[in-house]
Amino acid sequence: MTSKLTFAAILMAATAISGTAAAKTFVYCSEGSPEGFDPGLYTAGTTFDAAAHTVYNRLLEFKPGTTETVPGLAESWDISEDGLEYTFHLRPGVKFQTTDFFTPTRDLNADDVLFSFERQWQDDHPWHQYVAGASWEYFNGMGFPDLIESIEKVDDMTVRFTLKRREAPFLANLAMPFSSIVSREYADQLEAAGNEQLMNQQPLGTGPFEFVAYQTDAVIRYRAHEDFWNGEQAIDDLVFSITPDASVRYQKLQAGECHLMPYPNAADVEAMKSHPDLKVMEQEGLNVAYLAYNTTQAPFDNVQVRKALNMAINKEAIVDAVFQGQATPAKNPIPPTMWSYNEEIEDDPYDPEAARQMLEEAGVTDLSMKIWAMPVSRPYMLNARRAAELIQSDFAEIGVDVEIVSYEWAEYLDRSRAEDRDGAVMLGWTGDNGDPDNFLHTLLGCDAVGGNNRAQWCNEEFEDLVVQAKQVTDQEERAELYRQAQEVFKQEAPWATLVHSLSIVPMRKEVEGFVQSPLGDFAFEGVDLVE
Amino acid sequence: MATNTKDPNAAIGLEGGPSVAATRRAMLGEFWYYFRQNRGAVVGLVVFVLIVATAIFAPLLAPYNPSTQIRGALLIPPVWQEGGRWEFILGTDAVGRDILSRLLYGARFSLFIGLVVVTLSVTVGVVIGLIAGYFRGAVDTIIMRLMDIILAFPSLLLALVLVAVLGPGLLNAMIAIALVLQPHFVRLTRAAVMAEKSRDYVTAARVAGAGNLRLMFKTILPNCTAPLIVQATLSFSTAILDAAALGFLGMGAQPPTPEWGTMLAEAREFILRAWWVVTFPGLSILVTVLAINLMGDGLRDALDPKLKRS
Amino acid sequence: MLRFFLGRLAVLIPTFIGVSIVAFTFIRILPGDPVMLMSGERVMSPERYAELNQQLGFDRPLWVQYFDFLGGVLTGDLGNSIVTKRPVLNEFFTLFPATLELSLCAIILAVLIGVPLGIIAAVRRGSWLDQSIMGAALVGYSMPIFWWGLLLIILFSGILQWTPVSGRISLLYYFPPVTGFMLVDSLLSGQEGAFRSAVSHLVLPSIVLATIPLAVIARQTRSAMLEVLGEDYVRTARSKGLPPRRVIGLHALRNALIPVITTIGLQVGVLIAGAILTETIFSWPGIGKWMVDSVFRRDYAVVQGGLLLIAGLIMLVNLLVDVLYGLINPRIRH
Repeated sequence: MTSKLTFAAILMAATAISGTAAAKTFVYCSEGSPEGFDPGLYTAGTTFDAAAHTVYNRLLEFKPGTTETVPGLAESWDISEDGLEYTFHLRPGVKFQTTDFFTPTRDLNADDVLFSFERQWQDDHPWHQYVAGASWEYFNGMGFPDLIESIEKVDDMTVRFTLKRREAPFLANLAMPFSSIVSREYADQLEAAGNEQLMNQQPLGTGPFEFVAYQTDAVIRYRAHEDFWNGEQAIDDLVFSITPDASVRYQKLQAGECHLMPYPNAADVEAMKSHPDLKVMEQEGLNVAYLAYNTTQAPFDNVQVRKALNMAINKEAIVDAVFQGQATPAKNPIPPTMWSYNEEIEDDPYDPEAARQMLEEAGVTDLSMKIWAMPVSRPYMLNARRAAELIQSDFAEIGVDVEIVSYEWAEYLDRSRAEDRDGAVMLGWTGDNGDPDNFLHTLLGCDAVGGNNRAQWCNEEFEDLVVQAKQVTDQEERAELYRQAQEVFKQEAPWATLVHSLSIVPMRKEVEGFVQSPLGDFAFEGVDLVE
Repeated sequence: MATNTKDPNAAIGLEGGPSVAATRRAMLGEFWYYFRQNRGAVVGLVVFVLIVATAIFAPLLAPYNPSTQIRGALLIPPVWQEGGRWEFILGTDAVGRDILSRLLYGARFSLFIGLVVVTLSVTVGVVIGLIAGYFRGAVDTIIMRLMDIILAFPSLLLALVLVAVLGPGLLNAMIAIALVLQPHFVRLTRAAVMAEKSRDYVTAARVAGAGNLRLMFKTILPNCTAPLIVQATLSFSTAILDAAALGFLGMGAQPPTPEWGTMLAEAREFILRAWWVVTFPGLSILVTVLAINLMGDGLRDALDPKLKRS
Repeated sequence: MLRFFLGRLAVLIPTFIGVSIVAFTFIRILPGDPVMLMSGERVMSPERYAELNQQLGFDRPLWVQYFDFLGGVLTGDLGNSIVTKRPVLNEFFTLFPATLELSLCAIILAVLIGVPLGIIAAVRRGSWLDQSIMGAALVGYSMPIFWWGLLLIILFSGILQWTPVSGRISLLYYFPPVTGFMLVDSLLSGQEGAFRSAVSHLVLPSIVLATIPLAVIARQTRSAMLEVLGEDYVRTARSKGLPPRRVIGLHALRNALIPVITTIGLQVGVLIAGAILTETIFSWPGIGKWMVDSVFRRDYAVVQGGLLLIAGLIMLVNLLVDVLYGLINPRIRH
């Protein structure tokens, strides 16, 4: 309490000095340093929070709190009959930020959009290698080079993307951080000064907050963007206080040194919920942890066997022992916060007795198998080794002998892809663009066998559904197809779906207007501090 | 520098004959006399013996298995604090393991680490040092440059990167620490060998027809042992500290091993909620290292005639 | 003198080349393919993998890569971080002032407290004062500093709430870096309270980092003083009836300080090793934490460049200490 008072006192003293009337500063204790400030170059959520969701906007945005897309810098768009041409009409009068280092002379136009994508796309673009080793990871990872036929400027405020094939998730990809729209004019200014590197160090965009300064590994400072197209911000300053240690973040939160923090220690969550100055939001993260059988190898090619093993796993025990309760058992391969999640599916009951019987019926006795456990902690599975040990003892109960294996992480990822790999691999996925395709087709499609499809599972019925869902553009139609695909998945059981980890966001009581993102983003547009 | 056996007769005596036992007893007596003078050293010795006993009898002393998780007994404070229970004298950690039991078992790891690291680094270091000091020339130059290279890096940083290369774990941590400690033994041995080599008793032994190996290991080495023993003691404590530091950084023994440094790393998230999970493992490290360093000081005083004056 | 200096330098060059080979080899045998790790769970196509491998230069023969690296080192280019894509040298120089500031404060603290304590202990040899000082020094010398830091945080930040938990200055103050030293910059900024805030952030980490050097310096000063006090000329001075303070101050101290200076110089390596732990505990944005993070992130380029820079730095300081020692004590030059 004392510290809070002193903090307030210092705050008042500071504002008195600077002379501005009661500036509202929102402090976010972030979990790590951003890799840089050009969202196209990186893949880490930490970087996206610091660059993409503060400084930049995209043609489409995710509607806060959902995985649905809504108009962003593009006010509207038309899709041609054949589903190959997407024409975007840009929002008029969108202002870029005016800062110490740049003063824009014009509003957003088609040149900015073209520049933002062409630099990532064209190998010979002058900005393609403006930082050495730039690999435009997501642009490539989401398959854009193979997908895009052309990007044209129709007029100053209209841009047309032509695709090589029908691809419904394309719109969701345009809402991803790597699709952030940068300023062509700013780039030209940097290029003229021979200072291209600054694009990655002093970002400039159209977003709700403008970049002020970054002290490496310590603090990032932003100011509200006065001419922001989507309305004025309630706070004046936004500060990211980089605090890698979760217990220190918690302490700073308690002391009032920051207002909101990500990723608390699971052990602290109960105390946070009962703390008088704090409140806690929680939601399933956009992720799933699973155990993938190799469905091409006996006896796992038998659905009965897979089902039986699934029924022997006590998921609640994993939730308790690995996540201290901060997770939910998973029944579908996509998380509940994603559109098209099939609520009606019944999970396999935890029933060792029935499981044992099913195994006997399938003619499998004295089964011994390998379970692969990741060597690293991932957001969807904090401690794979411990989870594997729990499953090991579950399986022992139905007479299945388990050997736990593990490899160094890069090797693990590589080896687990092999089509003739033995046993069951524990792994998981964190969604990129909130589109069910990004789970169902990416992880379970026939193309992904020998790659992301660790179950090596190629089922005709399922494949037809997810491929069709990729091609129709009507959202409701797509959702229906995905719901059916989840039913097929459940019948065929190529995986044991284990858990969805919860994303927990503790904050001070005075924080208003923060919306938890199912995509795991921390975006502060619209937050306020109300005493 | 070395003990008082620098005259040729003593050297011959070391190689056999009835006087050996008597000389040795006299030396030991003298050593003990000086060692006893240093009260701190005696205290250190007593504490160290207690820790060794703890390590050996851990299964008998510990009330619980160190990795047993007692559900419903999470983060119980020590017995003297409100909420403490007699079943868990020093309290429990976040998953309900008895801290006292873990500390008792932890003594095994620390002593084991010290022992293995010192054995490894002394053996390798002495052999390399002997070779360098005895043969000199190009061999010596190459060896010493290599040692310079190792010493150019801060030891903990080098160990950290080495463990990253070898893979995190107790064994690899020990190897890495042994590697960064061994140049000290090489340097010491080399210097001592060079000093001893030109002495009369060595020449005498050489004239008597002793071969290189015999000269190196049987004639010269025993006369360089005093500084080596002191250095070995210091390395023992350094090894424990460094292994704990690596464990703390997540690169040493892996959880749930009850190694003290690893316990501290696991306890970090409770630093403001449960002081006992942080305090006791560190205290154990401090007490052990302090005991060994006290002994080391005593050993140096007793073995090093030059410093006896002060 | 110049010959002495050049001679030392000549020995350093092969060592430095050896160091560069070690730094280079280490990261090549570090397990975990950095290119593969870039994609994580997302599968990378073989073509893409090959392309990235080529872009990062990992497809060339090792010796070509090494000479490239060495050539880069000589021209001041240590490559770019794989994670942040920023030049390694830039990152080093952005973070180095933080480590330097912390280390300087620590070493000043250690000398200001350690040397007087050592002198007192030597002069009062055998007294309870001597014994308690030396006892405390041994405790300090045996201290696991990562635990010591945590204890101080519990006490001063947790219970007493006197000092902040981590960082270099309160978020309320902002000014662009001029020297990189927060103490200096906060004064230059003219913002009221900024300097105080910087000091309060610096206190605990400095104490933690100073602990071991302080103990070593106190012990070393004591034994150097004892040695000198036993020398003939000091005894002569004493017997001539010079007051003890003069004897200690003028004669003994000056001679005793020579080995102490060497000891202080040798603490640089200790300080950097200590900085690794101290910076990790206090989230201090310096090079120690940077190295630890990079090892965990498998940022090859940073580990390689950082190892080389740190080793080079330590060698340089040791050379300076040697030279200084040669200046004070001309005898060893020959």
